[in-house]
Formats: sequence, structure tokens, C-alpha cells
Amino acid sequence: MADQETFRREIAGWLEQYCPATMRSPYRGEEEWVWGGKQATFWCDDARLWLQRMVARGLVAPAWPREFGGAGFSAEHASILDEEMKRLGCREPVRSLGLWMLGPVLLKFGSDEQKRAHLPPIARGEIRWCQGYSEPGAGSDLASLQTRAVLDGSEYVVNGQKVWTSYADKADWMFCLVRTDPHAAKHAGISFLLIDMATPGVTTRPIKLISGRSPFCETFFSDVRVPAQNLVGKSGDGWTIAKSLLEHERALMSRARDQNADEEGQLDDLARQYVGVSDGRILDAVLRDRITQINMDLLCNRLTMKRSAETVAAGWGSGPESSMFKYYGTELGKRRRELMVEIAGFRGLGWEDAEFSQRELSLTRNWLRSRASSIEGGTSEIQLNIIAKRVLGLPD
Amino acid sequence: MGFLLSEEQQALRATARKFVQAELPIAHLRALRDSNDPVGFSRPIWKKMAALGLVGVAIPSEWGGQGLGYAECGLLVEECGHTLAPVPWLSTVALGANALLAGTESQRREVVPAIAAGEKIVALAFSGSVKANRRDGKFVLSGAMEFVFDGHAADLVIVIADVEEVGPTLFCVEPNTAGFARRRVALVDSRPVAHLQFEAVSVSAAAMLGEPGGGPRILETVLDCSRALLSAEMLGSIDEVFIRTVTYLKDRKQFGVPIGSFQALKHRAAQLFCEIELCRSIVLDALRALDDKRENAALLVSAAKARASDVFVQMVNEAVQMHGGIGVTDELDIGLFLKRAKVAATMLGSASFHRDRFARLSGY
Repeated sequence: MADQETFRREIAGWLEQYCPATMRSPYRGEEEWVWGGKQATFWCDDARLWLQRMVARGLVAPAWPREFGGAGFSAEHASILDEEMKRLGCREPVRSLGLWMLGPVLLKFGSDEQKRAHLPPIARGEIRWCQGYSEPGAGSDLASLQTRAVLDGSEYVVNGQKVWTSYADKADWMFCLVRTDPHAAKHAGISFLLIDMATPGVTTRPIKLISGRSPFCETFFSDVRVPAQNLVGKSGDGWTIAKSLLEHERALMSRARDQNADEEGQLDDLARQYVGVSDGRILDAVLRDRITQINMDLLCNRLTMKRSAETVAAGWGSGPESSMFKYYGTELGKRRRELMVEIAGFRGLGWEDAEFSQRELSLTRNWLRSRASSIEGGTSEIQLNIIAKRVLGLPD
Repeated sequence: MGFLLSEEQQALRATARKFVQAELPIAHLRALRDSNDPVGFSRPIWKKMAALGLVGVAIPSEWGGQGLGYAECGLLVEECGHTLAPVPWLSTVALGANALLAGTESQRREVVPAIAAGEKIVALAFSGSVKANRRDGKFVLSGAMEFVFDGHAADLVIVIADVEEVGPTLFCVEPNTAGFARRRVALVDSRPVAHLQFEAVSVSAAAMLGEPGGGPRILETVLDCSRALLSAEMLGSIDEVFIRTVTYLKDRKQFGVPIGSFQALKHRAAQLFCEIELCRSIVLDALRALDDKRENAALLVSAAKARASDVFVQMVNEAVQMHGGIGVTDELDIGLFLKRAKVAATMLGSASFHRDRFARLSGY
């Protein structure tokens, strides 16, 4: 315990000294996210500096072994770092699917060669990964995917199409589910393949969404030749690996917590501004009640994540299933965005016009963006199926 | 304090569960109801509970209790919620003992240890209107109070009465005092409440509890502790109804398959699961906030009571529907939970009252 307190003091001291002040302020929007990769952009110099400093100490991937670019921290020390970063309001130096999803999978299933090749660049924020899962014919029914990978000598030849690939146009590499055995049972014929997006035959096309943004792409593979050593695990292990990878979404969930806390109170601020106040109270009592319902739900949701994290940390199992957070969090987010637009009235429905402030314009866009949240990453209905089956044990 | 239970807390829960399941099954409530029992709860069982240290869980040890916190007390009442146990913990412990602890040394000494020992039943009357006029160094109480939990059976009644110039003040009233009358009122959940009548009830100045005009301040704290605990009781009931309903979904067959295989029911069960988990988090946190004396405890308590009220009502309504015809029979226990849900949701402030309070405490 004494060792842990010393460690906590040291790490807090380091963070206070080296985390720039701008990197300790709340995010003002997605524009301020740092994704790293070969095409990395930094919205300010401090963002770049913060990443560099964290990389130099291996703190981007604190629990990974030093030989793979991590800091070699124990789980306890890594969570102390996490807690201190949250306490001090330090931003994540980089957002990264490589870090959150692929890394843990490679540590578990990858060959030594794969670990050496891919983990250090992730820990340095140099390579940006995207996830190639969904296909036009494989949405909720993911295991029906058809993208083919045929072994030809020492290479796989990949043909097919992925869809809803987040930021495929900005990513350097993709971890991808492909069908290597068309004759095997649905789940057994799938493999997990790492594909360099610069390989000839890979093309991407952004999909313009109702929000006007294009975070997703279609990705096409036309006779793309991928070295056979880029297969993770054995041929046919893909579904097992994919499921393991999805478990790491919990890490994403716990990260969502900060954002969640920031959201409490935003609705009432907005109502004060756009609806007005009398005697210190939001004028419209019905609206006030609806705001309170959502604020209470945000509070309860945050507490449930905290409770779940404590349960997991104590080794008492996984706590309420991650599907619950996916389902409840996204549905709540949708309700919240809907109400924000309603509170702001026409000022929350502006579109590319100088009449509106940036904040007002983002109300519109974020409301539209939120519509996708209960569809992507497994629809709400799929999450409810998972809860019913895995948690409640209801029959198929 | 975190959410996870310590070994001691787990042991307490196990003791409580064992006792409640053995002595206070739902059949106990049914028996009291069907025999038109005038009291509505069992004093001998309450004494047995006290002997196990379960009544005085959160009462300080110098006053005969276990000196534990609301988190621990919550574990006990959660178990009571599982069987709709009609025990006077809310009136006597949460409201009564807590109010008395705000009193003088002698007021505490006289009643609180007797509460912890299961010997005294206490009621706290706060809804209605009673005036207290000074006369010859005494106070004369006149007015009426309604829907007082266990007021018909209490060995001591604490009432909030308006004193001229100083405002609402708490007084202890012995039920045998001249001018005091009471009558039990039947509610749908078969749990006892009473209307109290005060016709020139004369009490000494020593019967005053707390400062003159100090009633609302004491009441605020006492009510919040009681609301958090009532929410824990509701959580226990919610869990029980959910378990019974999911079991029924697995057992009941129609069209040759368990009805739980139908997505229309599965999804609703999964949604209820989420609501219940969120409810659990806020109830546990509110109890811990009271123990830790956190500044935002009142806000968390209101969030807990609002949510527990809403989820309990939603849960029982879904339970009845999912059980189908059998769900509306008196034979099935689900109906008893349905009745209790609506009463508990009304007790100590409805969901909309607490949402409004939450908003006020949040500064909007």
C-alpha cells in the first residue's frame, strides 16, 4: 500500500508538471480529438507536445510490456495512472482503436513477430487502425460476412467490401474479419487479418451522413495481396478473436465516463439561456421535469458504470453486462440530444449559416449524429437480445 | 465508501435474509391481512429481530444499537422488501429513533435503547396540521394528522406542531394522554397507517424534541434517511418481482415454447434489467452519501426515491402483464407487490415531488 501511495504521488507530480494546461481542459468538440497515425493532425501545439511526453514515458499504453512500447505497469499502477489523470482532468494523449481494441487482442493471440511489428507504433501513436467488421449484407448478422481471403502461396488474396468502417480514409491499417473457408460452418470459416491500407487494391469512400459529417467509409478490396503472416491466430479463429476484441469495448465504456459527467448540467444551462429563469428556476415546469429525468438518468448511468468498474477491479466478475451500457447510454444520449434541440428551438436547428453560433450549429449536428449511436457497434435491439440471453438466461 | 460489500456487510445481509425468509415470508403478510389483524404487524417477531441486532443496525452503540450505517441498514430493509415484510422499521427506527436522537440526553436514554431492543414502537406524524399553544408552562396541541405509519400502534407519537411565533416544533406525545385519539386506516397494501386526532392534548415543556421552531430542520434530515431506506426496501421488492417474472418467462409455455423466447417479452425484460441496475446504483449511493455526510446527499436521496418509485411501478405493471391471467388473481403474490408499489411510490414524496426537489437542489 505504501508503495502504491508513493507511486500515486510520483505520477501525480509528473502529470502536474508535464501535462500542459490546455490538455487539462474539457473537450469542446470532436475537432479537438487526437487520433495519431501517419496523417496525424493536432489542433494545437500542446496536443502534440502532450502526446510526445506521454510516449516518451510509455504512458500511452502503461500496462503493456516495455519491449512493446509500454511502461510495464502492473494493473494496479495503470489504474492509479488512470485515476490521477481523471482527477487532474488530463486528456487522453491519443484516441486509438489500436490501443483500445487491437493491442489487447495481439497481446493475447498475436505471434511474437506481430507484437514486435505492431504494438510499439500503436504505443507511440504513429499508426492509426480501423476496424473492418460490417458488410453490406452483414450488419446485425455479422457472422454472415462474405469478404473472401484465399491463400495463394505465402499471401492471402482478399476480395470484397466492408462498410461503416470508421475513418477508413484516415487509417493506416485495418484489422479485418474475412472468410477463409466458405465451406465451414458460418462462425468457423472466419479469420482475423491485418491489412495495410496502402496495399494496391484497397480503396475507401466516405459515406456522407445526415449530420453532414463523414466519419464512416465503405472499403473495397480488389485482389488485395496480404502476407500470410498477417493472420492473427489460426485460420478459423476469427470469430473467437472478434468476440474477445469486443470485450475490450468495456475500456471504451469506462472512458466514456468523463464525458458523461461533463454532460450532467448541460441541459439546465441550455434551458436557462434559451427558455429563461424566474426566481432562479427554469420557467417551464414541464420542461424542467423532463430535464430532471434525463439528468437523473445520466447520474444513475454514471454511478452504474462506477459500480461495474469496482466489481470488475475486485475480480467479482464483469458486473452488469457491457451491453447494458451500450444500450442504455446510447438511448439516453439520443433522448438528451433530442431535448437539447427542443430547448433551443429554431436556434438548435440551424444549418451552415452565420446567423448561428458554433455551439448552436453543433446542437443540430450532434442531434443528427446521435441517431447513429444506437445502430453502430450493435443495435439497441441486438444489445437487448444479448442481455436477455447472457444475463437473464432467456431461451432462444 | 465504494459499492462493494465488505465481509461484515455480506454476513449481515445473510443473517437478515435468513431471518426474513424464515419469520416474515409473504404468507405472514397474507395471514395478517386475511385475519383482519388490528395491528398489522407482529410485535413478537419484531422483538426477535431486535434480539438478533437487526432493529438497531444503524442506531449508535451507546444507545443500544449496532452503530453501523445506512448502507448496512439498507441491506436489512432490502431483504424485508423481498417478502413485503410488515415490520415497523420505517416508523420506529428510520423516522422515530432518528428524530429522538435529535433530542436531549434524557429523551434519547428513555426511548432509543427500548427501540433497539424491539420493545417500543414509535410513530412520527408530519402530514396534517396541529397547533401548539403555550399554557401555564405547558403546550396544548390541537389538530389532526393523517396517514401516520404505525400511528395506531405506537407507544410514543412524535408530532410536528406549529408554535406561535417560533414555528413548527416537534413534540413527544404519550398515546394515553387525554384528548388524543387515533384510528387505523386501511390502505390497499394491507400495511398499517393511522389518522391521529389532537383535542387540547396537554404536554409538558420537556416533551419538546429539539429546539423551538427546530422541527423542519430535524424533519428534513430524518425524512431523507427514511426516503433512502424506503428506496432500499423498494429495491428489494423490485428484485423479487423481477426474479419471479423472469422465472415465469422461462417456465410458462405457449405455442409449444417458453414465452421468454418471444422477442416482444425478452426485450422488455432486458429493459427492466437495465432500469433495475440503474436503480440499484443510485439507491446504494444515496445510502452511502448519508453515511459519508456528503454535501449532495439530499440530491442523491431524491434521485433514489424518484427512481425507485418509478421503477417499482413499472416493474409490477410489467410483471402483471407478463404473467397474464394468473397475474390478476389474488392467489399470486405479484398482486401484493403491485399494491405495495403504488403505496410505497406515494410515501415520503412521489417521484414528481422528488424530481422537482432534485431540480431545486441542482439550482434550476
